[in-house]
Amino acid sequence: MNYSQWDWNVGKKVIADLSQWRNAFEWVEEPYVSPDGETIAAIVKTDDMAFSVCENGVSWEKYFDKIWYLRFGSGNCPVAIVSENSMWTVAVAGQPWGNWYEFVWDTRFSLDGKYITVAAQDGSKYFAVSDGIAWQQAFFSISNLAVSHDGKNAAAVVQTIPFNSGDIFKFQEGCYTVAVNGKTWDNNFLNVWDMSFSPDGRHLAAEVRKTLYDYTIVVDGQPWDKNFLSVWKPKFNPKDGSVTAPVKVNGGWALARNGEVIWEERFFQLWHHQYSPDGENIAAIVAPKFGQWTIAVNGKPWPSTFNNLVTDLAISPDGKRTACAARTKGQWHIAADGQCWDNGYDMAWAPVFSPDSRHIAAKVEKNGRFFIVIDGRPLTYDFAAAWGPLFSPDSNKLLVRGIGGGKNDGNYCRYVFELSEFLA
Amino acid sequence: MTKQSPANIATIPDEGVDKGGQRLTPEQVTRVIRRMFEEEGGARLKIYIETCVHCGLCSDACHFYLSNNKDPKFSPAGKVKQTLGIIIQKKGRVSIDFIKKASEIAFTECNLCKRCVMYCPFGIDIAYLMLFMRRICHKLGVVPQYIQDTAHSHSVTMNQMWVKEDEWIDTLQWQEDEARDEIENLRIPLEKEGAEIFYSVIGPEPKFRAQLIYQTAVIMNVAGMDWTMPATPGWDNSDMCMYTGDDEMAARLKKVHFEAAMRLKTKRIVMGECGHAFRSVYDVGNRHLGWKMSPLPLIHAIEFYYELFRDKKLRVKQKYDIPVTLHDPCNVVRGGGLHELARYVINETCSRFVEMHPNREHNYCCAAGGGVINCGPPYSKKRVIGNKVKADQLADAKARGAKIIIAPCHNCHAGLEDIVKYYDLDMEIKFLGDIIYECIDKT
Repeated sequence: MNYSQWDWNVGKKVIADLSQWRNAFEWVEEPYVSPDGETIAAIVKTDDMAFSVCENGVSWEKYFDKIWYLRFGSGNCPVAIVSENSMWTVAVAGQPWGNWYEFVWDTRFSLDGKYITVAAQDGSKYFAVSDGIAWQQAFFSISNLAVSHDGKNAAAVVQTIPFNSGDIFKFQEGCYTVAVNGKTWDNNFLNVWDMSFSPDGRHLAAEVRKTLYDYTIVVDGQPWDKNFLSVWKPKFNPKDGSVTAPVKVNGGWALARNGEVIWEERFFQLWHHQYSPDGENIAAIVAPKFGQWTIAVNGKPWPSTFNNLVTDLAISPDGKRTACAARTKGQWHIAADGQCWDNGYDMAWAPVFSPDSRHIAAKVEKNGRFFIVIDGRPLTYDFAAAWGPLFSPDSNKLLVRGIGGGKNDGNYCRYVFELSEFLA
Repeated sequence: MTKQSPANIATIPDEGVDKGGQRLTPEQVTRVIRRMFEEEGGARLKIYIETCVHCGLCSDACHFYLSNNKDPKFSPAGKVKQTLGIIIQKKGRVSIDFIKKASEIAFTECNLCKRCVMYCPFGIDIAYLMLFMRRICHKLGVVPQYIQDTAHSHSVTMNQMWVKEDEWIDTLQWQEDEARDEIENLRIPLEKEGAEIFYSVIGPEPKFRAQLIYQTAVIMNVAGMDWTMPATPGWDNSDMCMYTGDDEMAARLKKVHFEAAMRLKTKRIVMGECGHAFRSVYDVGNRHLGWKMSPLPLIHAIEFYYELFRDKKLRVKQKYDIPVTLHDPCNVVRGGGLHELARYVINETCSRFVEMHPNREHNYCCAAGGGVINCGPPYSKKRVIGNKVKADQLADAKARGAKIIIAPCHNCHAGLEDIVKYYDLDMEIKFLGDIIYECIDKT
């Protein structure tokens, strides 16, 4: 995303009055907002059971029999799954792809939002469709769709060998593999689950089960030499291309690289590890002990723990800071660098770092109202609905997107705040 | 009523057990068993085994024992003695035929219902011991075919019925369309981020009982709830891997389930009327992963219905007037203490309630739970014969006027249907949701 081209002038911009939408349409579903905040859109229904998407108060010209999964890619363009005459496709800003299928689902975007891939089914055959172009090969089933950062490669778990209902021994011979852009790996497995592309999109790593008891990681079709009691999603080191994954060994969970355990520490749980952009640091969500959750950086857990859960791990652009959302004693919190921010909430969303790594902002909810907190302090405004905050490229400003800011009206507005004023 | 002694029933052929056994060597059996005891047979196992004084107080708690002429082979302690007891005595040097028989005992003669645990003076958890035996069978690959197939389904689709991702979404949209004929503008909100409620069901609902999703959608819409269901795997809260002894897969299933709810930023999970799934999310799967309790607030449908009536979110138009009785599902009653809440909901919705005896935490199991019904048709006759005591209990409730059995659990439903049919009881079985849907004011 090219944030620098967005409107970063400080102030408030009223984009749309949703209360008028509710008068104009029989129903208005929950709205979604573009990353730049300039567009708000919602699935709407007219009196005659036709559906459209209302964008900043204007409906798509085309109406459909059904619409679901309206989302914005990073390209600030509304994308939805639409149906006509019992056939389905993807509509981008109201324009459906040329090809229609018996079903499509699981919309995935490239990081820049330009490329869209979905899973599809037609004639009981399964495949992926990227920007309207279907894979040439189709399979008995498809799941765990994944796309590369640039969106130009798509992979999925596919069934290549059929087996009859109840044929447990055929299943145990391995009937599933991975298809990348429709081309399958040479070897099959009992199961393949979560996958990650390398940052350049040229390599793919996946968690697999080779037998009922042997789990490992497979990179481009080649399994690691060692098996484990279980594994979680692998990741590529952005610096050297090596692959790491949480693995379960006797004594607990550890982090392994290319099959070898690299963290000395053993955890009751370890998952969702992430690399810093320079590949030097690895952070993960861990449970050092049963029922105690926290973040570990390079194997060292934060001293503070949370008793319900930890989620939404974030690493700063400079790779030196970590933050997360956590729930403890029934309250949600934002925590950063081992410290839990003061206030507890009914819900907390993923924290985001400023590009200079100095600031952290997050959306939180308390008593039905939504707030934006920056470095632990709530913004003055509260909202009836809000979306995650975004920092300007120079880290000096914050974009906030919300409905009913400070009052209970239906106005959706985008706000740009000067951080120095807020944090003074 | 038909009565048949299990002594007349030979060991039941099962491809999963028989063919699984053919792949084993005696050395492999001993090696796997010893490794299991070394790596997973900790203090808990040792204490239970060494503490049991064979007093027999567990026997009268077991429906298999009571239904099989009090044959000691079916007593809880007897089942441990025939399985783990011999393994310990022989230090793991047991035959392949022994493992096959132990598999049948552990998988099909114990529902893991924990009624016996209540009557044991030491609180020995026989269900844990039977699960340890099942885990040995899993490690040896000697698991009944039908439940192993279900475990495979879980591993591929993250649901127990081989429901593909598009089939799940399509089913919800179909039910939404159907329900709109009854309630205009009804929604089954898919993937609604930030909804208060993440509603989860078990695999058989989209596969065989889609009307339950319909009914829930009506109840949610009438009550004005802010709810959602995921369009991704994680919608199925059930878990047969928990019962096959595949703990690693059981953990994986719960990760997908809870993370679907977290991803959608829902505040709590409300689950449908399933007992074993409740055990899986409330007690077992969450703990495999390191969560002491459910990471997000989680309630069973019984609690949810209770809340809706307590908070006047639902209004009864006309109470259900056919006499009903209640089967207390083991996992949500002995395991979750929801028996009084279930009675609250029944009192709100039904005009004539007949208590079953014994009831609440003392209720007899349906004999379907614990994965027993999931072992499939080969064992169905043995299962219903092994629960004659339940048939007697139902017949007693019927004699006192009950015509409908309310069973807020899927496995109980299926198990009771088999019992009602086999013993010719002529009673109908309903979910609480069936009753609520029928009697609430939907305007």
